[in-house]
Amino acid sequence: MYIYDEYDNSILRQRVAQFRGQTERFLAGELPPEQFLPLRLQNGLYVQRLAPMLRINVPYGMINSTQIRKLAHIARHYDKGYCHVSTRQNIQYNWPDLTEVPDILSELADVGMHGTQSSGNCIRNTTSDQFAGTAPDEIVDPRPYCEIIRQWSSFHPEFAFLPRKFKIAVTGSTQDRAAVQVHDIGLQILLNEKGEVGFQVYVGGGLGRTPCIGSAIRDFLPEEDLLSYLEAILRVYNLYGRRDNKYKARIKILVRALTPEVFAQKVEAEWQYLKDGYNKLTRDEIERAKGFFTAPAYDTIDNAAAQAAVNAQASESVAFGKWLQRNVREHKVPGYAAVTLSLKPTGVAPGDITDSQLEIIANLADEFSFGEARTTHEQNIVLADVKKTELFTLWQKAKAAGFATPNIGTITDIICCPGGDFCSLANAKSIPIAEAIQRQFEDLDYVYDLGDIDLNISGCMNACGHHHVGHIGILGVDKAGKEFYQVQLGGNASNDASLGDVLGPSFSAEDMPTVIQKLVDVYLANRTAEELFIDTYRRIGAAPFKEKVYAKAN
Amino acid sequence: MPKLIKDGLIVENTWTLIAKPEGEAAAAEVPAGQVIIPVSVWLAQKETLQTRTDIGVWLDSDESAELIGAEANRFPVIGVNFPLFMDGRAFSSARLLRERYGFTGELRAVGNFIRDQLCYLRRCGVNAFAFANPEINLDEAAKSLQDLQEYYQAAVDQPLPLFRRRA
Repeated sequence: MYIYDEYDNSILRQRVAQFRGQTERFLAGELPPEQFLPLRLQNGLYVQRLAPMLRINVPYGMINSTQIRKLAHIARHYDKGYCHVSTRQNIQYNWPDLTEVPDILSELADVGMHGTQSSGNCIRNTTSDQFAGTAPDEIVDPRPYCEIIRQWSSFHPEFAFLPRKFKIAVTGSTQDRAAVQVHDIGLQILLNEKGEVGFQVYVGGGLGRTPCIGSAIRDFLPEEDLLSYLEAILRVYNLYGRRDNKYKARIKILVRALTPEVFAQKVEAEWQYLKDGYNKLTRDEIERAKGFFTAPAYDTIDNAAAQAAVNAQASESVAFGKWLQRNVREHKVPGYAAVTLSLKPTGVAPGDITDSQLEIIANLADEFSFGEARTTHEQNIVLADVKKTELFTLWQKAKAAGFATPNIGTITDIICCPGGDFCSLANAKSIPIAEAIQRQFEDLDYVYDLGDIDLNISGCMNACGHHHVGHIGILGVDKAGKEFYQVQLGGNASNDASLGDVLGPSFSAEDMPTVIQKLVDVYLANRTAEELFIDTYRRIGAAPFKEKVYAKAN
Repeated sequence: MPKLIKDGLIVENTWTLIAKPEGEAAAAEVPAGQVIIPVSVWLAQKETLQTRTDIGVWLDSDESAELIGAEANRFPVIGVNFPLFMDGRAFSSARLLRERYGFTGELRAVGNFIRDQLCYLRRCGVNAFAFANPEINLDEAAKSLQDLQEYYQAAVDQPLPLFRRRA
């Protein structure tokens, strides 16, 4: 994991001092609220429905046990004893006191954490694959490049006042687990025929009011050109992105207005001036960054023996077997596995986690996974380097702490925004809908039989819950002051990314569990052996689903 | 006389900023003395204004630095305007004037920028700050130039990114 040096620390300390001064000026009435607004946003501080909300960056999801304990301390000391894992792999606190935020940021700086650019019209936290460095299908570990992007984008003087927020995601695996095609910039790491590292560059993807799949504007960008090319894209966007209408200000609108081809030409033209400048990455810098993400001290393990032992444990404990099936993934190192701790037990807001649970996770990370964990954009937490021989013990401890719900990837592993319970933008509640659906699908064997289903819920069209790319997406809408829910089908955030189609008229909150049940029934009645929900939908289309859901009661 | 921050010091502002003309740029009157005129007026009246050495130009946020381009160094001062402080196009324009067009004179932020942007503006090559708001306390504002003193990226004031300087 990346370790801050004296430069990183001094930059962060200067930032904390700057924000403390700005907060003091605001509280003294010297800094008008409209001027304080973008400054506080760039330090992670939103004003929400009930209280401020503070968003802390977890760069590309990597976090260590010391940092997790600090998050627990902040939850306990400054907040109401819990926090929330966001779909940008960040951590959110819902109840901080504005006057204490500089102190919180100062405490976070002690462990190399911050809220820098976690909100606002600037380059946000770069996200990545939560299994980076461990996935068997990985081509190149994306994390060194994410860290290089983190440094370049932090406090970038030219791009702190962009037309709108700006999100970058990087994946280095065959299977995209970072949803790169629905980001402002998505980077897919590739090797060329000579074995050199480069990036396929997608631009102009994104969700929200105008959902778009990104356009590939470069098939192979050599790794040393990463920053100069990003700088060219951002400059074109900063100069030509629309500023007259915030709903048309994202880069996706510019890319569509110009066409991806013309946009790419403008970027290439700009890049000609930049590509051989000082931003060109050096071999030394790439190697330095890679040096922070080397393999931990793995033991040499006989994988067959370890797996046999695990299988024996699974045959004795059905519950452990289920957890293995859903929450444990293959690892590229023999004898190891990657474990997802589910933050989606029924009845808890998806992604919520208490201070004492955070401390337990820190302890588990220390005991089982080299002191490191990862946050995921599906709002769970991963321990990525666990010995198979220790899975059973880990499972018992995770179960006792409440995050061994064996539902990863299933219909109850719901991505869900905070919705109307917390967010001032929301048109409708999301969390109670998630809970009602989880209750509808309580029978685990039945849920497993359904296989992988992404069910995503957003409380408004800003799409923080990524409803457009859920196989089943739910969008909260407001109709004459009453909350309704629109259903979309066929979205997908992975390699063959697609946006969901609206099924038809929206439903009341009470109807939602039944509606989802009917959709699942249509799938079960139509699927071929082994066919996933998304594939059945793509094959048979929306008509059978519509028919069932909107059929008149008989 | 109004004051501004230049090269970190508070100095007299000896230049008069001329607003955009209501009518044709070609017909706009350009007064005598040190004036910073809209780039559109310069482009329309270049023939007659060529000989004057007491003319600067200013770019609005939607006007490209390319309009000045290679001519940049014929001006002692160029202004980049902030109609709203959230409109960040001037940051790019400033860098382009310095880095692409090699402008070495006074690069002045004008309009509604705020003191909390001073550090970033300086990094983009702006060395003078003329706030539209006459109430601003310039001594206090100038302190913000010191907010951040170490940086990751290449920019005008420090062309070497940290990765080329790290020991």
